[in-house]
Amino acid sequence: MRAIIGKKIGMTQVFLEQGTIVPVTVIEAGPCCVVQVKTLERDGYEALKLGFIEVQKERRVNKPQRGVFAKAGVKPYKVLREFKIAGKKVGEFVTVDDFKAGDKVKVSGISKGKGFQGVMKRHNYKGGPGSHGSMFNRAPGSIGQSSFPSRVFKNKGLPGHMGCERVTVSNLSVVGVKSEQNLILVEGAVPGPTGNIVEIKAE
Amino acid sequence: MILMNAVEEQYKKEIPVFSIGDTVRVHVKVIEGDKERVQAFEGYVIARKGGGIRETFTVRKISYGVGVERIFPLHSPIIQSIQLVKRGDVRKAKLYYIRYKKGKDTKIKEKAREQR
Repeated sequence: MRAIIGKKIGMTQVFLEQGTIVPVTVIEAGPCCVVQVKTLERDGYEALKLGFIEVQKERRVNKPQRGVFAKAGVKPYKVLREFKIAGKKVGEFVTVDDFKAGDKVKVSGISKGKGFQGVMKRHNYKGGPGSHGSMFNRAPGSIGQSSFPSRVFKNKGLPGHMGCERVTVSNLSVVGVKSEQNLILVEGAVPGPTGNIVEIKAE
Repeated sequence: MILMNAVEEQYKKEIPVFSIGDTVRVHVKVIEGDKERVQAFEGYVIARKGGGIRETFTVRKISYGVGVERIFPLHSPIIQSIQLVKRGDVRKAKLYYIRYKKGKDTKIKEKAREQR
């Protein structure tokens, strides 16, 4: 398994040789410093803690965190994420070179917040007719039965807050990698707005 | 701007200056089976749309009495070259009205001289 932390730059398009246009998301990924190595003996599982985006002013990091970075002998980082990968030591870097065009990856991030939304947008309910005297336009309709069971079942889709949650999009293919600019081009859309921190994983 | 840099090498280096109303000959690569040849498509440029790598232009020609329009992505690799044939004198940015004109009205006046 390979993994890296990245920042969503935005979407654009690339041409393939035959002139086919592929929509791509540009992600600035890495270089990510290994801040901590979790081992089976010490922590019960194996993982690497990666840091991404160096902190410019050290006073912005709180004192306990500063100690963690100082002990590891690395610079302080804004974003820390743990991945179940192995094979690197503390202070080494994970770069985009681990990925190549044609790889299938999973991209996770916090999706765009949509606020309080109704059932049509939030749960893809069909709603009612828009006109001809219909007064059942975007309402959810019946939400259950009668005196039995006298309650609404759990997980019934109802209006509420939507978005701003962790979303993973799997099976995206890597279109290109630019190691000198630390960029990965991934086909299709990835969660969240421009500037969003995303995690990229490949098997 | 970093977004532009990301697909920098996809941009065409040399694109002739042409605008709406001009007559252009577009040399397009056509793949037939495993052979590749170049086909020309000549007509009026009736629209240019979009910006950056997404920019496209529409070429309209009359082929055997039937109007044919083709939309080309400006930076598409299937376009081998764009040749400017004639400069047109028009006042609009989109010449969609030309679709509904007949006979003499479908002609675009040539620009008298270059104004630079």
